Amino acid sequence: MSKILMKGNEAFGEAAIRAGVKCYFGYPITPQNEVPEYMSHELPKAGGAFLQAESELAAVNMAFGAAAAGGRVFISTSSPGLALMQEGLGFICSTEVPLVALNVSRGGPGVGGIQPGQADYTQVTRGGYNGDAQIPVFAPATIQECVDLIYECFDIAEQYRNPVMILADAMLGQMMEPVELPPKKEITPVDKIPQEKPWAITGTGQHEGRNVIFSLRMQPDVLERHVEHMFEKYARAEKELVRYNSIGLDDAEVVFVAFGTMSRLCVEAIELLAERGVKAGMIRPISLWPFPNKAFDEIGPKTKLVISAELSMGQMIQDVKVAAMNRWPVKLIHRTGGIVPSSIEIADKTMELLKEVTA
Amino acid sequence: MIKKLFFAGSGGQGALAIGQLIAKAAMEEGSEVTYLPSYGPEMRGGTANATVVISDKPISCPLINECDVLVVMNLPSLTRFEPMVKPGGMLFMNSSLIPEKAKRDDIHVVEVPCNDEAEKLGIERAANTVMLGAILKETGVVKFETVYTELEHMFSGRKEKFLAPNRKAVDLYLS
Repeated sequence: MSKILMKGNEAFGEAAIRAGVKCYFGYPITPQNEVPEYMSHELPKAGGAFLQAESELAAVNMAFGAAAAGGRVFISTSSPGLALMQEGLGFICSTEVPLVALNVSRGGPGVGGIQPGQADYTQVTRGGYNGDAQIPVFAPATIQECVDLIYECFDIAEQYRNPVMILADAMLGQMMEPVELPPKKEITPVDKIPQEKPWAITGTGQHEGRNVIFSLRMQPDVLERHVEHMFEKYARAEKELVRYNSIGLDDAEVVFVAFGTMSRLCVEAIELLAERGVKAGMIRPISLWPFPNKAFDEIGPKTKLVISAELSMGQMIQDVKVAAMNRWPVKLIHRTGGIVPSSIEIADKTMELLKEVTA
Repeated sequence: MIKKLFFAGSGGQGALAIGQLIAKAAMEEGSEVTYLPSYGPEMRGGTANATVVISDKPISCPLINECDVLVVMNLPSLTRFEPMVKPGGMLFMNSSLIPEKAKRDDIHVVEVPCNDEAEKLGIERAANTVMLGAILKETGVVKFETVYTELEHMFSGRKEKFLAPNRKAVDLYLS
C-alpha cells in the first residue's frame, strides 16, 4: 500500500473510521479541531454518526450512552476539554464500557495556551475522576504510530471493557507525515451485538432479563467486590499492555526517558551529544500506564545519569524515579507553557547535568 | 542526506502551500518527509511559517535549529528568519514585496519578483507558484515532473481553470 501525506488530526480521524467507529461526539478545541472537522464529513460516508455536542461534558456523556449500546465510539479533545470529560470517564470505567479517547494536548493549567504540551501526563495516567479506576494510556511519537495505536486500541478497549486513552500533542496533531492507512476493520454487525457483547444495552427481547448499566453501589461490600474485579483487569493490563522503545542502553553514559514529541527531540540531542563525545541512550515509553518499569533493567553499567525530558514542570519524573529505584540519579530537562526546547538546548543542559553528577 | 527547508510569509501569500507541495512531491519521489506548519493566531495576519524536512532516512525531529533553504515572501519574514540559514545555504526572497537586500554574505541569495511576474501572467495569486519554480530550478530538491503531477491533483475539478496559469508560473524560471 502506498503512503499518503496527511495532517495528524485527519489521519487520527481516518484511523478511527477504519477501526470501525460508528459514533463520534466532540466539541471544538484547538489544536485538535481537524479531528471533529474530518469526522463531520467522513464518518457519515462510512455509515456512522457525527454529533457536535454543546460541551465536552455533554460529548463524553453522549459517548457513554452510545458505547453502552455496544457500538464503537470515539471521542477527541485537548487538555482543558479532557478536564471537563473526567467525570464521565470515571463513570465509563466503573460501568465497564469500552471507548477510545484521544487527547491532542496543549499547554496548561486552566485554558492555558494552544502550543504543544505534556503537562497532561498526570491527568491521563492518574485521572481526574474520583474513585479507584485506571485508564490505559498510549503516547505515540509519529503520526503513523498514532494511527496504528488508535486502530488497535478499540480492540484493547473491548477486550478490557474499559476506556483507552491516546495522548498525542499539538505538534503531532498539526504536522504532516507520510502515513500508510490500515484496511477497514470488520467489526461486530449491529444484529450480532446482543450475542457478542452480552453486557450491551440492546433492548429487551434480545437476551434473558434486562441489562442495566450503573455505577451506584450503596453496599460497601458489593462496591468493594466490584472495584476488586476492575483491578483484576488492571493487573492483567499491567502485564499485557507495557510498550516501549529503547536506543543504545547497553553503553550509554546518560539515558533520556521521553515520550511523544519530546522523544523526537531527544533522538536529535543524542546525535549532538555523540558529536561531543558523550554516549547517550533513550527509553521511550509508549504505554504511559502501565509504565515500562522493566525497560530500566536494560540500562547498562556505564550509565551515570537518567534524565526525564518533558514538556511540563516534571510529571513523568515521579514514575521515572520509581522505575529507577535509586540505581542512578534522576534529573529533569523540561520546558513548559507550549515551548518546545531545541535539541541543542537539550544537549547543552545534559552536559551541565553530567558535570554536576560526576563532580 | 537530510535537507531542511523553511517557508515564511504573511497569511494568504501561499508560503505554506508551496512548502506542502514540495513535501508531498518529495514523498512521491521516495523520500521521508515531515511538514510542520505554524498554527493559531499567526495564521490570521502576522507571519505564517512551515518547516519541511526531507531525508533518505526516517526523520527524528520535525523541528529545526537551522535551515538549508529559506523562502521568504515578505519583509517581516526576512528580518526574522534570515539568521536561520546555514552558512552556504540558500535564501529565496520575494523581491516584489521586499525592498531591502539580504544582510548575509555567506549564503546564496536568489531574488524573485514573484508578484510582478504573476501579475504579468495575469494571475496575481500565483506569486507563490512563481517562487516554487525558482526553488525547483535552483535547488533541484524535487523534480519539475513530480510537481506537475501534484499541481494537477491540486487544481482539479472546479479549480481546473487555475492549472494552466500555475503551470506557466512554475515554468517561468525553467529556461
